[in-house]
Amino acid sequence: MSSDALAVALPAASAPRRARVPWPLYGAGMFVALLALVALAAPLLAPHNPERGSLRARLKGPTLEASDGKAYLLGTDQLGRDVLSRMVFGTRVSLTIGFAAVAVGGVVGGLLGLVAGFRGGWVDEIVMTVADAQLAFPFILLAIGIIAVLGPSFPNLIIVVGLSGWVTYARVLRSQVLSLRQRDFVSAILALGGSVPRVLVRHILPNVASTFMVIATLELARAIVLEATLSFLGLGIQPPTPSWGGMIQEGREYLDSAWWISVCPGAVLMLTSFVVSRTGDWLRDVLDPTLRGES
Amino acid sequence: MRGFGGFLAYRLFRTLVALWLVSTVVFVVMRLSGDPVPLLLPPDAPIAEMERVRRDLGLDRSLPVQYGVFLANVVRGDFGRSIHFRQPAMEVARSYLRATFELGLVAFAVALIVAFPIGVLSAVRRNSLLDHATMAVALVGQSAPTFFIGILLILILALRFDLFPTSGRGDWRHLVLPALTLGAFTMASIARITRSAVLEVLRADFVRTARAKGVSELWVVTKHTLRNAALPILTITGLQFGTLLGGAVVTETVFAWPGIGRLAIQSIYNRDYPVVQSTVFIAAVLFIATNLLLDVLYGILDPRARA
Repeated sequence: MSSDALAVALPAASAPRRARVPWPLYGAGMFVALLALVALAAPLLAPHNPERGSLRARLKGPTLEASDGKAYLLGTDQLGRDVLSRMVFGTRVSLTIGFAAVAVGGVVGGLLGLVAGFRGGWVDEIVMTVADAQLAFPFILLAIGIIAVLGPSFPNLIIVVGLSGWVTYARVLRSQVLSLRQRDFVSAILALGGSVPRVLVRHILPNVASTFMVIATLELARAIVLEATLSFLGLGIQPPTPSWGGMIQEGREYLDSAWWISVCPGAVLMLTSFVVSRTGDWLRDVLDPTLRGES
Repeated sequence: MRGFGGFLAYRLFRTLVALWLVSTVVFVVMRLSGDPVPLLLPPDAPIAEMERVRRDLGLDRSLPVQYGVFLANVVRGDFGRSIHFRQPAMEVARSYLRATFELGLVAFAVALIVAFPIGVLSAVRRNSLLDHATMAVALVGQSAPTFFIGILLILILALRFDLFPTSGRGDWRHLVLPALTLGAFTMASIARITRSAVLEVLRADFVRTARAKGVSELWVVTKHTLRNAALPILTITGLQFGTLLGGAVVTETVFAWPGIGRLAIQSIYNRDYPVVQSTVFIAAVLFIATNLLLDVLYGILDPRARA
C-alpha cells in the first residue's frame, strides 16, 4: 500500500498499472455480465416452461430435432421438463443469492473489520474470537442447522450464505486498517482535528477498497458454490423452482440413463465458479499484490 | 515479547473460548429448531405420553436451566442420550468417527502424495508443458464444487467403466472415489502452494550462491530449497486438513459413507440434538487441535513466529 506515498513523486504512477490488466479479465467480466443478462431475460430466453413438463417427453437426450422449432437442446429430466430452460431460470437463484450474500457478508465483515482494526482493544478481541470460533468448525453444519430451523427461503439463504463469509473480510480488512492506522497521515489528520468517522470514510476506506473488491469477487464464487451445495442437500430453494444444485441432486438417480440432467447444470456451475474465482485472482494480482496467498 | 509458554497459554485460552461459543451456538440453533418429541412417538400417541418423554429428555424445563445443565454436561464430555439411537450421544458420534478418519486420512495422504511432487516439479520446470497442464487442472480442482466432482467420478469411473462401487463402505475399492472427491480441493491447493513456495525460495540469494559454488541442481532443490519452502507448505497443508472435515459432510452424503458428517446431517433431519451437538463438538475439537498443533510446530520450526 505504498501508492499514496508514490503519488507525490510519480503523478503518473497509475497509468502503467492500468495497462497491466490481463485480457482474460475482460472476458471474465463479459461472462458474468452474460450470466446476469440470462438471469434477467430468463423468460424470454428459455425455450420451454421450466416448471411444466410433458411426461411423454421424459428423459429425452439432448437433441437438435424438433417439429415446432423448440428442440430440447440439453434434453429433458425425469418429469419431461426442458433441462436448458431450467438451467436458464436456475441462473436467477444462483446469482441473486450469490450477489446478495456477498453484500451481506461484505457489509457485516467489512464494518467489523474496520472497527476492530481501528479501535483495537476489547472490540478487536471479541470480533477476532468470534471469527476464530466460526472458523473452528465446518460452517456447512451450522448452515444446514439454521436452514433446517428457519426454512429454506430466499432471505434465509442469503443471510446464512452471507454470514458464512464475513470472517474473511473482517480478518483481512482488520490487518490492513491496523497498519494504516499507524501511518503518519492518519495521526496528522486526527491531530488537525479530523473526526474518526471522517478518517475512516475519507482516508481508510479508499485505501482498503481494492482489497475489499478482491475478497468480494472470491467470495462470490464461494457463495454460489455454497448455495448450490445447500440446494444439492435439499436445503436450498425448494422445487419446483429450478436451481443448479437442486437439478444436480434430481439427476443423481438417473446418472446411468440420463446423465445430462446432472452434468449440464454441474458444468455451468463449475465454469461459473472457475471464472469468478479466477477473476478474483487476477484482480488481486493487479490491484493488491500484497494479498497473495491470503485465501 | 512473551515466551513460548505464554504464546501457548494464550492460544489455549482462545481455543477454550471458541469451543464455548461453538457449543452455545449449537445449543441455541438446535433448541430453536422445534420439538423433537412428535418425531419420536407415533402420531396417535396420547398427550400424557408426550409429556412424559418431554420430561425424560429435560425439555420441560426453562431454556436457561437447560443451557446450564447442557454446559455442565459439556465440561464432563456428556452430551446426553441420543434421541434416535437411545445410546449416549457421544458414543454414537465416536462410533462413526472411525469411518470419517479412514476416509479423511486416505484422502489427505493421496492428496499429499500426488500434489507435493507435482508442485515441486512444476516449480523446477517452470513454464514447461507439465507446469501449465497441472496448474490448469489444479485451478479447476480448486474452484469445482466437491459434490459435483463426486457426481462426475461416479458417472465416469463407477457407471461408465464399472471400476469402483458407487456408494457404501467395504474394501479398499469403496474408498477410491470418496477419497478422490474429498481430496480434490486439498490436492489442488497443496500443488499450487508447493509450487509458489518453491519458486519463491529458488529466487533467493543463497540458492544463487549454491548454484555458483557448483552444487548440483538436485542438491539445490532437495537440500537448500525444500527445507526453506517447508514452512508455508506446512501451514497451508495443516489448514487444508481442517477444511477436509467440512468437505466430509458433503462427500459422505454423496457416497453414503457411514461417517460423522453424514451422521450429523441425518441427526439434523431427525432433530436428534444430542448427536448433532456431539458431532459438531468433535469436529470443532479436531479442527482446533490441528490448528494448535500447527502453531506449536510452526513455533518450533520458526522462532520468529513465537512473538
